[in-house]
Amino acid sequence: MVIISRGFRGRARDSRHTLPPGQYETTDFPVLSAGPTPRVDREAWQFTIRTETGEQHSWDWAGFTALPSETPTVDLHCVTKWSKFGTRWEGVSLDVLMRDVTTSARFALVHAYGGYTTNLPLEDLLDGRAWIAYRYDDADLAPEHGGPARLLVPHLYLWKSAKWVHEIQLLTEDERGFWETAGYHDYGDPWREQRYQGD
Amino acid sequence: MARAAVPGRLGERLRWRPAELTGRRAESALAHTLAFDVPGWPGHLAGQHVDVRLTAEDGYSTQRSYSLASAPDADRIELTVQRVRDGEVSPYLADVLDVGDLVEVRGPVGGWFVWRPEQTEPVLLVAGGSGLVPLMAMVRTRRAAGSKAPFRLLYSVRSPEDRLYVSELDGSEPGLETVCIYTRGAPAGWPRPAGRLAARDLSEAGWPPRSAPLCYVCGPTGFVETAADLLVDLGHAPERIRTERFGPSGG
Repeated sequence: MVIISRGFRGRARDSRHTLPPGQYETTDFPVLSAGPTPRVDREAWQFTIRTETGEQHSWDWAGFTALPSETPTVDLHCVTKWSKFGTRWEGVSLDVLMRDVTTSARFALVHAYGGYTTNLPLEDLLDGRAWIAYRYDDADLAPEHGGPARLLVPHLYLWKSAKWVHEIQLLTEDERGFWETAGYHDYGDPWREQRYQGD
Repeated sequence: MARAAVPGRLGERLRWRPAELTGRRAESALAHTLAFDVPGWPGHLAGQHVDVRLTAEDGYSTQRSYSLASAPDADRIELTVQRVRDGEVSPYLADVLDVGDLVEVRGPVGGWFVWRPEQTEPVLLVAGGSGLVPLMAMVRTRRAAGSKAPFRLLYSVRSPEDRLYVSELDGSEPGLETVCIYTRGAPAGWPRPAGRLAARDLSEAGWPPRSAPLCYVCGPTGFVETAADLLVDLGHAPERIRTERFGPSGG
């Protein structure tokens, strides 16, 4: 049975963009985080990929920003219902970062400065679908949006795009992250509206 | 940051449930509290939110998230909705939805920004504007549970007319100390001149870091960024500071 809210008409529909189910468009860039913005000094910043055998591939800021970068323009979909279209980023593709990594892992647990974690299948980080982004809209990525650098996985809900990213741990068994432990979906496809466990 | 608390019923699919408006009251010029009856509501923790879905006659539907304002109370929940100019949903909820009308709700959602009655440590609540709503659920849950956990509330609001829950936050509740600061216009004779939140406000109204309070900060992005940064500067451990933020796009 469809529940109609009497007298609700909604805003004029904008046909320029197709919204995933349950989302609405915003033009500003809301911030959602579970705690204070971590203070991450670029001098001390490090990004590591750790395989299931314990092998580590690490970059400092200079080494990381010397890698070839890409400038994806992508749509963002946050589980809190807003979508933002055509956001412009600069970052290093995970394909570049994974080039010398040997692994048979199927899952990734992403760790951020400040302790945040999120999980997703490793294949969703590959094939031009994920970046470690350090610039947004032609400027250094602001701390409240994840600077110095954040994961960007725009085909999944934005909580998977961990701000202040520090390490990607490759795992043979899936391990739930911060919001996933609290009942949010392990995969989080906005087009299938996978907001919460069981969706 | 610790692991998020796991809410009950994890794993069970969150169902959409019809919710009937049973009452409404104005809290300020822009904010209204809406009471709904939600048959089968599974209960909630203070600080959690709910997804609200509205469907129009032509089948169009849209969703928003709102913090729960009330303490758990059987099938009854309350939301406080502040009308956002040009918003799609909040003007409808604030001005059009009438007693007997239906929306759908799904929840409760969120297991991190919560306060449970079994917590005994000192608590600092820092609210910016309508960020007070989930913190009020904590105040009400504390009261309903007869908790002795000492609470302090620092409430930053533009002007006296914008205050929410005025009669409930009149300073008479044992174990709850409330300090209100005004950012635009303070009443005549108010001890603190109008102005934005500063470190001194948090050190005077809050707890010293050695008391190891759990701090809950909720409000617009800029407010939360400022308040959380100031708390860290004052010596509070980042992992003792929980934040919930909303941008101006709530609609």
